[in-house]
Formats: sequence, C-alpha cells, structure tokens
Amino acid sequence: MTLSRLIARRTIEGIATLAVIAVLLFGGVELIPGDPARTILGQSVTEEAVRNLRVALRLDQPVHERFLSWVEAAAQGDLGTSILNGRPVAPDFAWRAKNTLFLAGYAAAMSIPLSIMLGLLAALYRDRLLDRAISLGSLATISFPEFFVGYVLLTVFALNLGWFPVLSSVTPEMGLAERLSRCFLPAVTLSCLIGAYVLRITRAAVVSILSRPYIEMAELKGASRTAIVLRHALVNAVGPIANVVALALAYMVVGIVVTEVVFTYPGLGQWMVDSVAKHDMNVILVCGLAFGATYVGLNVLADIAAALASPRLRHPR
Amino acid sequence: MTGFEAFGRRGLFGVGAAGLLAAGLPATARAQATPKRGGKLRIGIVGQTANTLDHTSPIFASPNERVVNYTLFNTLVEIDPTGKAIPELAESWEIGPGAKRWVFNLRKGVTFHNGKEMTADDVVFSLRRHNAEGSKSGALALMRDLEAINKTDKYQIEIIHKTGSLDIHYLMSDYHFAIVPDGDNSHKGMGTGPYVLQTWEPGVRFRGTRNANYWKSGRAHVDEVEITVVNDDAARVSALRAGEVDIINRLDPRTVRLVEAAADLKANIAKGYGFYTVNMRTDIAPFNNPDLRMAFKLATNRKELLDRILRGYGSLGNDHPIAEALPFHASLPQREMDLDKARFHFQKSGFSGTIPLHTSTAVFSSAIDMAVLMQAQAQKIGMNISVERQPPDGYWGNIWLKEPFHMSYWTGRITTDIMLSTGYASNSVWNEGHWKNPRFDELLVRARTEFDEAKRAALYAECQSLLRDDGGVMIPLFNSFIDGAKKSLGGDLTAPNMEMAGGRIAERCWLG
Repeated sequence: MTLSRLIARRTIEGIATLAVIAVLLFGGVELIPGDPARTILGQSVTEEAVRNLRVALRLDQPVHERFLSWVEAAAQGDLGTSILNGRPVAPDFAWRAKNTLFLAGYAAAMSIPLSIMLGLLAALYRDRLLDRAISLGSLATISFPEFFVGYVLLTVFALNLGWFPVLSSVTPEMGLAERLSRCFLPAVTLSCLIGAYVLRITRAAVVSILSRPYIEMAELKGASRTAIVLRHALVNAVGPIANVVALALAYMVVGIVVTEVVFTYPGLGQWMVDSVAKHDMNVILVCGLAFGATYVGLNVLADIAAALASPRLRHPR
Repeated sequence: MTGFEAFGRRGLFGVGAAGLLAAGLPATARAQATPKRGGKLRIGIVGQTANTLDHTSPIFASPNERVVNYTLFNTLVEIDPTGKAIPELAESWEIGPGAKRWVFNLRKGVTFHNGKEMTADDVVFSLRRHNAEGSKSGALALMRDLEAINKTDKYQIEIIHKTGSLDIHYLMSDYHFAIVPDGDNSHKGMGTGPYVLQTWEPGVRFRGTRNANYWKSGRAHVDEVEITVVNDDAARVSALRAGEVDIINRLDPRTVRLVEAAADLKANIAKGYGFYTVNMRTDIAPFNNPDLRMAFKLATNRKELLDRILRGYGSLGNDHPIAEALPFHASLPQREMDLDKARFHFQKSGFSGTIPLHTSTAVFSSAIDMAVLMQAQAQKIGMNISVERQPPDGYWGNIWLKEPFHMSYWTGRITTDIMLSTGYASNSVWNEGHWKNPRFDELLVRARTEFDEAKRAALYAECQSLLRDDGGVMIPLFNSFIDGAKKSLGGDLTAPNMEMAGGRIAERCWLG
C-alpha cells in the first residue's frame, strides 16, 4: 500500500468514526437520567419555568429531528449557541481549544524528548543502576494522582518559593513570556503524568529489539553500542513510540480536567464536564467531536510516522 | 399611610445622600480609617463555566454572577450591611392601603454607562422581563403574586400586589431585578452601577473600570475591579495566601485557622440567612406520622453537627427557617437533643424498619458527612436510617421535594414573609415538607399586610412555632458566610443577606 493510499483510507475511516461519535454523544446525553430543563433550573425550578425552558430547548420535538437540524446547521458552519448562557459556541470553543492545545504542546515539548532520551538510556544500561533509578523515578511519578502532584508543586513553587503564580488563568491579550510562566506548573504536572508512560514504552520497545538476531549481527560486525541503539534499534522502535506519543498527546488534550481545576486553567476539559452535567448539548457535541478528532488525527499521524520510519509497514508482504 | 412612615418604622427617616450614608453604615465602618481612592481590587470567586450577564437566564445565580451584577448594576432598593432595605435607584416609596399598591419614586439624573438617563421605562422593562410570556427567569416564582408593574410618571412606577405585601421593597433588592436600559436584550452589562464592563470571559474573568459618573457619593473607591473564577477551594485559598487576589469567597471552615494565622489575612465571617434542612414529607408515609417527625427532631444532636460539619462557623437551627439576623426571628426555646423524649415519640409512632435518607454533594460539600452523623445519632433511639447518596446533577430535579426523606439547602430569603411563603405555606412553589397547615397559612397572609410591627412579629412568631413543632422539616443549622481577605482591605465587608459584602464588595471596599 502506498503512503497516499494509507492516508486516504485512514482519513475516510476517521470521518466515519466521528459520525458515529456524534450519534453516540447525542444519544448518550439523551440517556442521562433527569429532565434537562429541571437540571438547568436547579433549585429555582417551577412548573411554569420548566414548561418555558422545554420549549426554548426544543425538548418537545423528537430526538432525531433535533439531531438532524444540528447536523444541518453544523454543515453550514453554525455550531449553535450554549443553551446555558446563550453565547455562540464557536468563539468560546476556539479560545478554550487554543488554551488546551497550548498547554498540551508545552507539556509535550517539555516531556516527550526528555522521556524518549531517558527511555533510551535505560535500555542502553539495562539492569544497571541508572536503569533502576530511571524506572523507579518514572514509576513514582506515574503512581501519584495528578491532583497530588499539582498541589505539591503549587505549595512548593508557588506558595513557598513564589517562583510561579498560583492562578494559571491565562487571558487572550497575555504575552508569550507570561503565558509560559503561568502555564509552567500545570505543564510540569502533565509531564509527570505522561512522561513516565512514554519513557517506559520506549525502554520496552528498544529492549525487545535489542534482543533480535540482527542486533547481534551488528554487535558481531563491531558497531558501537550508541550506533546500534540509534541506527538499528531506535528506528525500528519508532512504531510503538509514535503510538504512545500520540496517545499521550491525545490524553493531554482530552483528559486534563483535574489539572485544569487545580490550576484554574481555562481549557476545554472543565467546560465539557460542566456542560455534560447541565445537558448543554451544543457544547458537548462540539467538544466531544473535537476530542474524537484529536484521537483519530493523532492516530493517523502515528501510523504515518511509523510507516515512514519502517519501509516494511509501507510494503507489507 | 405614606412611605416615609412605612419605612420610618424600619429606622430610616432621611433619604438624602448624607442621611443615607450615616444610616447605611454601622458603627464599625464609621470607626475605620477613611476610605482611600484608587487601585485595583482583585477578587477570587466561585462561578460556573457558562456564566452569563442575562438576568433572566435560569442559571443566573452563582456567586460570580451576583457579585458581577452589583458591580455593574443597581437595583431599586439596596440591602445595607445590617440587612435593612435602603433606597438605591428608588429614592423613596409609598405604600397604599392594604399594602396592595406600592409607588416607587425614582432618583433623577442617574445615567447608564452609555450616558442615557435612567427613567421609569427602563425600570418597567427590567422588571417585566422576568414574568413575560415564556420567561425562564429564576425570579419567576418571586413575581408570582405581583399583578402589575406600571409606569405612572417619567420618574415613578407602581407595583400592584395581588393580595398585599409589606415586603415589596425588599423584593426589589433581589439581584435578578437589576435595572437595564429599556429594550436592552444584548446582555452586555449596560447598567447604572459603580463599574463599567471592560472584559467578560464567562467562567474565567471579569474586568471593570470605575464609572466616572457614578451617582452614589462615598462609594466605589477602587479604580478597577478584576474578578477571577476559581472554583477549587484549595486554589482559592492559595491564591489569597500568595497575594494574587485581595479577597475570596467560600472559605472552607477547615481553612479558616490557616488564613487567620497569616499576618496579613483575615476571615470575614457573617451570620447569614442560609440553612441546611432535612425534609420529611408530611403527606406520605412514614413521616405523615407527627410523632416520627418529632422523634427525629429530638434525636438530632445539633451541637455535634455544628462542631463537626461547620467547625462552629454557624448557629443552631430550631426547625424553622428564620435566621436570627432576620427582623422577625422569634426567640423560641432552642430545641435540644433529648433522647428520652425522642424514644417516647419514636415508640408512640409505632414505626419499625429502615428509612432511606437521600442526600448529595449538590446540597453542600459535606452533606454526606452530615447525613452519616445524623444516621448515627438516630440509631441511639433505635431509628434506622440508610444514607442514599445521589449524584449531584439532577438532585434538585429528581430527588428534592419528591423523596419522603431528603436533605436540602437554602441560601435564605431576604424577609421572613418571603422565606415562609416560598417554602412552607400550603401553596408554596417549593413546599419543602409538603406540609399543609390552615392556621399557618392564615397567619402568614394576615402578617403580610399587618402594619403594626409588634402585631406582625407576634403573627410570625406563631408561624415559626407551628413549623417548629409540627412542620415537615428538621432544620439543624444555619451557616455563616466566610470570606477570606487581606487585612488591609477596608470597608464594612460583611452582610447577612449574602457573602462578599452582600455582593456589593466592589463599591463598599477600599484598598489599604
């Protein structure tokens, strides 16, 4: 299969996946117990207000009609408004998505090169002191829940040392330097979370390749350890590493609600969770589809990276 | 009956700016240093990601919305730091016979942020939008008994109550009833208030700058107000301790000591109107049995709940919803735990079995802990309760008022009448215990139009007593509002009606 055919096929699969996600999201929100109108009104619920709100939310219409009219509007680029505060979803989404991507990118830039390097070192010095130290350290960071890491970082570096701010609430007009400083602690928290994961997969992948016969061959012909790892082992380990990096990146885009709350960061996660709690369908659909697209897109990229690194994948027997 | 006599009884004769100021500020504030102009006030507050500036939206209710509201807008009537109604955009009011027709005289020369003068048209529009056809406003229930709101003059409106009420001026202080320009449905924060909107990012940030033409003298001392939504309790306290904000709301009772220990911080504690309640539906089994209700009321150790749930930051409840700080609070004997009497009533009820108590963190953060404590307390008289933990979303829609035995929380209401009418009369929108008592209903209606203060107090006292001894609610605790602030923050910063100086922190404080 050629590369372009691979890309085309995966893109079509991706779009189909997103369509299924949209249906599942819509159906899932419908299945949440309780009447959305009552949930939104909370303690100020009255029968008259419930009636009026149900009409405003078009809950008196059948599910499939509401879904189809959403699809129709979305196809024309209209993502609708939040049923909670009446604001158009698109600009709020764009702003929060930018924040989420910025933080994910920041954390990735910090942690992925470092953890791949440490993973390689651990593989190179397998079962020696350095390997043990790296493994122990990575196990520790992966075991602490993110809110714990976050609070410890806040207490030490923001409250006691005062090097970084407590509130990471970035604003659109904020300069890059301040933004980097405000996002530093949440980025470190996320790095702890995903770094260890990437590190361990890198180590495992390289170690398994190092036991292959062709590595033995390279050793016999007299190649140095560094050359073996970099030229022979790493290139063949790109597949699994690219996959775990893609998963880690996707995780940072969709799963950082806790980090957002601890650091008061205006990303997509908290918005999505609050919207689900209040049945804010338009927001849920847009966020959910964006999250789905992130996973699908990153997986396609990982496949392409793996194919580029290994001709065998491009030309299967 | 003229308006001046009516609110003269509430201890306010003067309505000029000087008289207003002297009456509005209690001794503590007058004793403090003179207000200082300038600077930026930074607030850390609880909000919601979908915050709104639309007063008619059903979600317009979070602390962030309330504080932003009083920063941008005024209401006809203001609640002063002692809980009294004082003139704001209405400079005086007159009450007609039977308290059915109220006339509010508007202040002249007040302008919106865009320079347009505020008149009766704006007021009528701002009020009517809450009960207009198709209204989804949280204030819909508050307006249920209002028959009409009309303009009578460029600077005068009338409000007609269906049966008469002496509390309309208090009603007009509600945050929903902020005054916006006539026909303005843009929800862009255009008001007559102390600060002008500059930045509004829902659920994240608010920024306002001082309204140079603000009509109130001796208010709005800081030049700029910045509000950051910080929903995590720990993050709010940390932001205060790190000096990133000047004041925060909802200090966790467990962290009060931590804040007080810091040299430059203090906790502003106000006994408020808010309370926790356990509802027992009186219309269905098992709590249609008054002895079973009484057994539970007597078995509860309120002092233990106060110490363990609120760490003492609150006060004991007496099974009626009228807080000590409210004008018509009746000083009935405090209900104490009495296991012997409780056992007697429990046996007399003849009940056996287990009663599920429904609760949720939606009620308040420690609601589950409180339910478990009450379960253990009731166990002492042999009353078996199982704690049913419900998910927070949907609790108010699916559990509250529906299950026979469940927990609830009220932020309280601004007057005794509004509180009792909202949650305890037979025809209440939210009749907490499904309790129907004709005598109570009759007293409540009579008190609503009783001009003699002493007689009115006696009527309300009997209402509270009836509810206490027969009602379908066990009200163990009133909570206090606890804000954390810099010591240098000046002004009278507590109020019984709401946290953050009654929501008016921006115009009442100054930076030291």
